[in-house]
Amino acid sequence: MTNTWADIKNADLVVIMGGNAAEAHPCGFKWVTEAKHYNKAKLIVVDPRFTRSAAMSDLYMPIRPGSDIAFLGGVINYLVSNDKIHKDYVLNYTNAAYIVKAEYGFEDGLFTGYNAEKRDYDRKSWDYELGEDGFVKVDPSLQDPRCVYQLMKAHYARYTPEMVSRITGTPVDKFTKACEWIAETAAPDKAMTSMYALGWTQHSKGSQNIRGMAIVQLLLGNIGVAGGGMNALRGHSNIQGLTDLGLMSNLIPGYLTLPLDKEQDYPTYMSTRQFKPLRPGQTSYWQNYPKFFVSFLKSMYGTAATKDNAFGYDWLPKLDVTYDVLRAFELMHQGKINGYFCQGFNPLLSFPNRGKIQAALASLKYLVVMDPLATETASFWENHGVHNDVDPGQVQTEVFRLPTTCFAEEAGSLTNSGRWLQWHWAGATPPGEAKTDVWIMTQLYRKLRELYAAEGGKLPEPILNLSWPYSTPDDPTTDEIAQEINGKALADVRDLKDPAKILARAGQQLDGFAQLRDDGSTTSGCWIYSGCYTKKGNQMARRDNADPSDSGLAPNWAWSWPANRRVLYNRASCDLEGKPYNPKHALIEWNGEKWAGVDIPDFVATSAPEAGAGPFIMNAEGTARLFTRGMMKDGPFPEHYEPFEAPVENVLHPKVGPNPVARVFKGDLEVFGKPDEFPYVATTYRLTEHFHFWTKHALINAILQPEEFVEIGEALAAEKGVKTGDRIQVHSNRGTVEAVAVVTKRIRPLTVDGKTIHTVGIPIHWGFKGEARKGYGANRLTPYVGDANIETPEFKAFLVDVTKVAAAVS
Amino acid sequence: MSVLQHALDLKQSSATSGMAPAGEAVAVAKLIDISRCIGCKACQSACLEWNERREEVGVNTGYYENPHDLTENTWTLMRYAEVEQDNGDLEWLIRKDGCMHCADPGCLKACPAPGAIVQYTNGLVDFISENCIGCGYCIKGCPFDIPRLSQADQKVYKCTLCSDRVAVGQGPACAKACPTHAIMFGTKAEMTDWAGQRIEDLKERGYQNAGLYDPPGVGGTHVMYVLKHADQPEIYSNLPKDPQISPLVDLWKGVTKPFALAGIGLMALLGIVHYVRTGPNEVAPEDEEQARRTLENPKS
Amino acid sequence: MNMMNVTRRQLFRYSGTALGASTITALGFSPAAAVTAARPFKLERTTETRNTCPYCSVACGVIMYGKGDLAKQEQATIVHIEGDADHPVNRGTLCPKGAGLLDFVHAKTRLQQPEYRAPGSDRWEQLSWDDAIDKIARLMKADRDQNFIERNQDGQLVNRWTSTGFLAASATTNETAFLTYKVVRSLGMVVFDNQARV
Repeated sequence: MTNTWADIKNADLVVIMGGNAAEAHPCGFKWVTEAKHYNKAKLIVVDPRFTRSAAMSDLYMPIRPGSDIAFLGGVINYLVSNDKIHKDYVLNYTNAAYIVKAEYGFEDGLFTGYNAEKRDYDRKSWDYELGEDGFVKVDPSLQDPRCVYQLMKAHYARYTPEMVSRITGTPVDKFTKACEWIAETAAPDKAMTSMYALGWTQHSKGSQNIRGMAIVQLLLGNIGVAGGGMNALRGHSNIQGLTDLGLMSNLIPGYLTLPLDKEQDYPTYMSTRQFKPLRPGQTSYWQNYPKFFVSFLKSMYGTAATKDNAFGYDWLPKLDVTYDVLRAFELMHQGKINGYFCQGFNPLLSFPNRGKIQAALASLKYLVVMDPLATETASFWENHGVHNDVDPGQVQTEVFRLPTTCFAEEAGSLTNSGRWLQWHWAGATPPGEAKTDVWIMTQLYRKLRELYAAEGGKLPEPILNLSWPYSTPDDPTTDEIAQEINGKALADVRDLKDPAKILARAGQQLDGFAQLRDDGSTTSGCWIYSGCYTKKGNQMARRDNADPSDSGLAPNWAWSWPANRRVLYNRASCDLEGKPYNPKHALIEWNGEKWAGVDIPDFVATSAPEAGAGPFIMNAEGTARLFTRGMMKDGPFPEHYEPFEAPVENVLHPKVGPNPVARVFKGDLEVFGKPDEFPYVATTYRLTEHFHFWTKHALINAILQPEEFVEIGEALAAEKGVKTGDRIQVHSNRGTVEAVAVVTKRIRPLTVDGKTIHTVGIPIHWGFKGEARKGYGANRLTPYVGDANIETPEFKAFLVDVTKVAAAVS
Repeated sequence: MSVLQHALDLKQSSATSGMAPAGEAVAVAKLIDISRCIGCKACQSACLEWNERREEVGVNTGYYENPHDLTENTWTLMRYAEVEQDNGDLEWLIRKDGCMHCADPGCLKACPAPGAIVQYTNGLVDFISENCIGCGYCIKGCPFDIPRLSQADQKVYKCTLCSDRVAVGQGPACAKACPTHAIMFGTKAEMTDWAGQRIEDLKERGYQNAGLYDPPGVGGTHVMYVLKHADQPEIYSNLPKDPQISPLVDLWKGVTKPFALAGIGLMALLGIVHYVRTGPNEVAPEDEEQARRTLENPKS
Repeated sequence: MNMMNVTRRQLFRYSGTALGASTITALGFSPAAAVTAARPFKLERTTETRNTCPYCSVACGVIMYGKGDLAKQEQATIVHIEGDADHPVNRGTLCPKGAGLLDFVHAKTRLQQPEYRAPGSDRWEQLSWDDAIDKIARLMKADRDQNFIERNQDGQLVNRWTSTGFLAASATTNETAFLTYKVVRSLGMVVFDNQARV
């Protein structure tokens, strides 16, 4: 989230699209009901199903799964063609005025530079034109046909309300009404918030769904302001933290990136990461990259990381490709992976195409599962009849199942969707011999270190030299690790402008990332978390819930990254002179000497407005990007592509149906279903009574929603002769699910390009372990294809058929 | 404990007369604002957890309700209704069902067992299990069809409005949990006032018939609803439009009173028990035996 | 028309726990009578511990009520979990998942001891932590030493291990995550991911 949960109450308009906050995040949705009552806000919900969020809305409209970009492109078209934009903001705080290279273009569904064989783009032409001074050329009049604004206007001119309706099935009158309400928030003192989740990410063009709304929000001037923002409602309690800390194939904590093969030395690595400002006077904060990176290496390798060995740069693995989960299971399926660890994760039910996942796990030599619960993944080799039809004798995988503690039995911090790091305390004794994950990882590491020390082996140095600064090496405390993440001074850290002044003495905790150095004199496990555990103690454990100005920010509750800032890009809430656009919900302002207010400025606090630095300080432009240059693999502007399994062809460009650069492997491409055999659109989702595959182990939740079901509309049910409560089968090209049919008015057929399209709704929560009744699980049906940029599987739009199960003869 | 229960700020108690007048207390109320309710079942979850009740894991019968009805363990239940408006738009009307804590409680009036049903001065109506004889009169006396008889212990159960929590100054577990504050708890005056503000908001949003459900036929209730369509409460999964206590209750009271006071009249009572619980001439012999044993050996 | 005009702060009070003594009296139970409540209040003599809900990313504050006190090195078990009324986001509320957390903590399917399943076997066997760690570390080292890639086909130094992968969780603490990161990367693992996408 750019903003934070309680800030939603400041919104004038809430748009829930690509998510279902009322059911998936009920206590966060509270702030929508607060906005409605106290701020007289309106709520728009756009969803294939009439959800509980829709039940609370002032305006609901259906949409065909997988057509969100068509809708959002239509909104962009409405805003620019009706001149309903926040002009001051668009001109000064976005790249609207920047001139794009003449070679860039878009034709018949493809941007320039496409290579069909590689299924990839050469993205060189997707960039700005630079002047002789090395800065981007601009046209403040926004009239140059090569400026971003005009290119964007031309790109979305095709997305007329009629075209939107033809693609999405959303009625024109409802779509237009939504556009009108959205456009009202272009006023400087009005804000709209966007709340989304997996409904946007789990598509083969998920990143571009979000980009679509980001463009809308920038045109309206709704980023960086109270009650505005792009608010990703993360799924799990600490998936924000796991991502911040870089537990992904290509990441280093704090959104630094692992070196690639071609980056053979430190200077080469750094040469592409310190972005030079693209406009005069810009901050381009990534210029500090070396400080973050070296401090990270110091926290990895301690005293073994020296200037002479480039702080252990060679010990870091180098990447040839990204080994995300889709690739991991593809390689496993090919027999190229021998061992696999699942730490609190249940891939047998979580990943697409269950059949493939099952076969992949069975080809492992060893599998280690650490979990508080008996998961299906750990028991993938057990026979559970139709619910897991496996012959254990045929599975040669060695499996270890290690019992871990749950939240109630351990202390530590979690990072919520609003970027708050909150500390929690243990209150219970673990059951049986269950141990914390920290203890287990420690024992594994200590044993491996002992083996490598005694026997040698491949590249033992990073293992032997790994920094292990814990008072009891066999049992580190989370308090110690939290301090390590924050970072400390290894030598006295001095003020760069006034070297006489010592900011932190050797051995002291640092106050924040501004104190990090690139000479090896500081450590920090994760620069964006620096400030969470300072000389003053554990900031994440703060419990002062005072909220001066009733802003919803609660600045002294826990700690928010970065630098305890609650609303990102908050400089953009003020005009060029530093005055708040909306004084009623001011976050910060320029007081003549510095930026100050209820939030921590997301800006150099002493940088006067006349210095001209833009509010988006992480970007080399200093502005936000309507046009993303070559940073997205599938285009600088979002374009509507059909899902890989679609009921209609792409009416905008029939030759280019689905995303031409989405992640898809050979072998999977062949098993996509076609509409003649699988005529209905399916989408998967979570129910409010359950959390993924955990709460089926909790008796109360099993009582509240006990058994697998599939939702279909009344019209489809009538066609199939299905009554509510009957058993039906849902088939995709990959498998079958049999479940109870819930026949509902909440799913209606849509008219898409003249065809009647039925939607089938498939909740995901069932497996063969726990208190709830055994079920087949939605991932027997889902396709193995991922987003072009971040490889998220396309769980939200695919094709199925539905058949009625004949009643058993008694 | 049961002695203390009777001594505690009671306003009235089933089959008991001559109680000392209680001091006046401020009436309390739980307000269920259906316009803010997302039907998430947090209230159901919190109710099961706080009251240490659990159910058998059931099945899906094609609807979102689970369990499928109130039970001796499920004291509150979300009921879902999909209602099409005249313009074709859909409304998903979700109502938290449970005891309404009537000011004039039909259950208490009907109950022949001394002290089995009590009403506190603040308006809460509570079932005291130790005194319950399992006759089921309260079930027929209730105009909202709320109490449920347990087959396990032959006692009747329903929402207590968390009298244990309220007694120490906390709101009911369901109100505490409710993510959107659709369930509120306070004095009845405060809740009525808050309902007024909500109704104002709903009228501004075009719900001209928004209103408060506090039915006078039962003397008003200590559980109230804010409804978008207060003119049609029945569209909310058959919420009664004008609930009244069955006139039969007065008849039963006449018969059962002597029994309740003197502990005689067993045969007369049994006859009524049969009728009330299962209708005329449809009583299984084991039921009759069960009822007889229950009456002969009341648990202390 | 609305004489009292309930404010937002009052509103939270009505749904939260923080009713003062005067309110208790107003709600019909005098403080003296409250002691002898109709039903005993079950949280007397419990230990309170602050925690956060482990499910979604709203991260609601919860209070765990337990018997026994870990701080005094006692065995402790949780008897009830309820929203933390001081928390600025959830204000004491919980959803149906959070309100049922007790049944997650005490789930029958909580794992109790390390277990091992041999190739082709149809059952779990118990094993000690020492044996489990020994066996796993041996499997890891054997695989790493056999398949570690020091140089790619172009002769570039790449130091990566691709034949064993690690899938990190979504609800472990940041501290677990960082320690896991260190261990995984020190081994050169790159088949590494988390639950951000599903």
